[in-house]
Amino acid sequence: MAAEPSGSSPLRSVERIGRQTIGAVEAFGHWGVLLGQSVFWILAGPKLKQPVRTGAVATQMMEVGIYAIPIVALLSASIGLVLAIQGIHSLRAFGAESQVVLGLGRSVVREFAVLITGILVAGRSGSALAARLSTMQINQEIDALRVMGIHPVRYLVAPALLAMLIMVPALTFVSMMTAIYAAGIFVTLDLGLSQEAYWSQILSSVTVGDLWHGLGKSAIFAVLITLIGVVNGASVQGGAEGVGRVTTRAVVQSISAILVADMLFVFIATR
Amino acid sequence: MNVNDQATGAFAIDVHDLVTHYGDRMILKGVDFQVKPGEIMVIMGGSGSGKSTLMRHLLSLETPTSGSIEILGQDVASLSTIEKAELSKKIGVAFQSGALFSSMTVGENVMLPLAEHFKLDKQTMQIMMRMKLGVVDLDGFEDLMPSELSGGMIKRAAMARAIVMDPRILFCDEPSAGLDPVVASALDDLILRLRDAMGMSIVVVTHELDSAFKIADRITVLDKGDILLCGTVDEIRNSNNERIQNILNRRTEEESLDHDEYLEHLTGIEVPPSPAM
Repeated sequence: MAAEPSGSSPLRSVERIGRQTIGAVEAFGHWGVLLGQSVFWILAGPKLKQPVRTGAVATQMMEVGIYAIPIVALLSASIGLVLAIQGIHSLRAFGAESQVVLGLGRSVVREFAVLITGILVAGRSGSALAARLSTMQINQEIDALRVMGIHPVRYLVAPALLAMLIMVPALTFVSMMTAIYAAGIFVTLDLGLSQEAYWSQILSSVTVGDLWHGLGKSAIFAVLITLIGVVNGASVQGGAEGVGRVTTRAVVQSISAILVADMLFVFIATR
Repeated sequence: MNVNDQATGAFAIDVHDLVTHYGDRMILKGVDFQVKPGEIMVIMGGSGSGKSTLMRHLLSLETPTSGSIEILGQDVASLSTIEKAELSKKIGVAFQSGALFSSMTVGENVMLPLAEHFKLDKQTMQIMMRMKLGVVDLDGFEDLMPSELSGGMIKRAAMARAIVMDPRILFCDEPSAGLDPVVASALDDLILRLRDAMGMSIVVVTHELDSAFKIADRITVLDKGDILLCGTVDEIRNSNNERIQNILNRRTEEESLDHDEYLEHLTGIEVPPSPAM
């Protein structure tokens, strides 16, 4: 039996920190196992005559990607316009507003499009994944899969992971293009620049490396959103209240993980 | 040796000295029981007796602390994921809640095990699905969503999904819980019909006495993680065991104690005997 901590508050604090640390390590371990099992089923499933369902991947791709295009485009266009307006306003103080395109292209491709897409997908699809899995868990649907000899990771997690890995970078690319295009409308009107000159400056300021930087990060975000959604969904306790709790937690954790991972990625990539 | 050979003449299920803990609490205290091929075994007990935990172990949804479970001659603890998937083709489970997938129609739910385990064309699967829905009296309901079914119909649809691969063993978790007596009785009849028509071993976990006595070939009575008695309906009914009589008469343990014993039970302090008159 675990020893009860004494009544003193420092000991209780130490115990709480210990429990939280163990919980965090367990969560990372769970993520690792899930990722490993998903990769296993994606690669070895066909050989074992238990392939990942392409129909489910296609359905998830529609949910995660295609249906999200309007909102991603709207927010990306808004961000692009804000960057253009703010950039010109700030640079005008130094008489350098013509340089706005250089900063705009790189910041959109390396950061803004990636972050806005990641956060949107976390809020939209990460929460949906957590809610779906937690509801299935409560309704014993995941137990039903197990007893039917259907591995839940192959049936539920691998299709979601594949769909996210394909659609989050694709959405990020859509976001990049939309933000740059929307910014271009304002820049060309405000600075009297032609569209050809604007795009030419964008292409000369953004390298292929910048594009890979952005798309690479979006793939990492896709993995994080999926794993956090799944782990939270599977850990549900209680009824409808539990579903609400894990859904909220999944969104908060996903967005936090995206921002922290972005900071680490940028730090490493710019050394 | 294949599974069919192993199971011939042997037990369909053989549980030996099963012990399980949740944290420090011992839930199953060395459970031993067997289910013969073609028999209906009812596992009965009150709330907290460990019957649901036992069921989850039989379905390999939980791992015991110690002991062994053999299903159709195979020790489930030693099976790989792929071997477990193979064994699962010979097992059907009807969960208490039905556990139908809410995003699929009733027909798709019933066809799911077929679609996942066999390379059958859609038409063949549909024929098999309609046959099984017919067995549970749900003809024509294949296009409805689970949310459009009543409680009894959900249980029957779950039963159809459980038997779609003609399993050797069927597990039913609280099949008549939450149903009115007429629908519950119809489900009991269905279980008997399935045993007679398909010759499968059936394990039913329930706390409904009427249902248990109606369908059981043998009953295992669980109480606080122990098996009190495993026997036929008559053996259970005629048992002198006080705890079994409490369960049969729907009495709580407290009600069966006399006042002094009850006070002692609550306070832990021995009550002195009353002075003789």
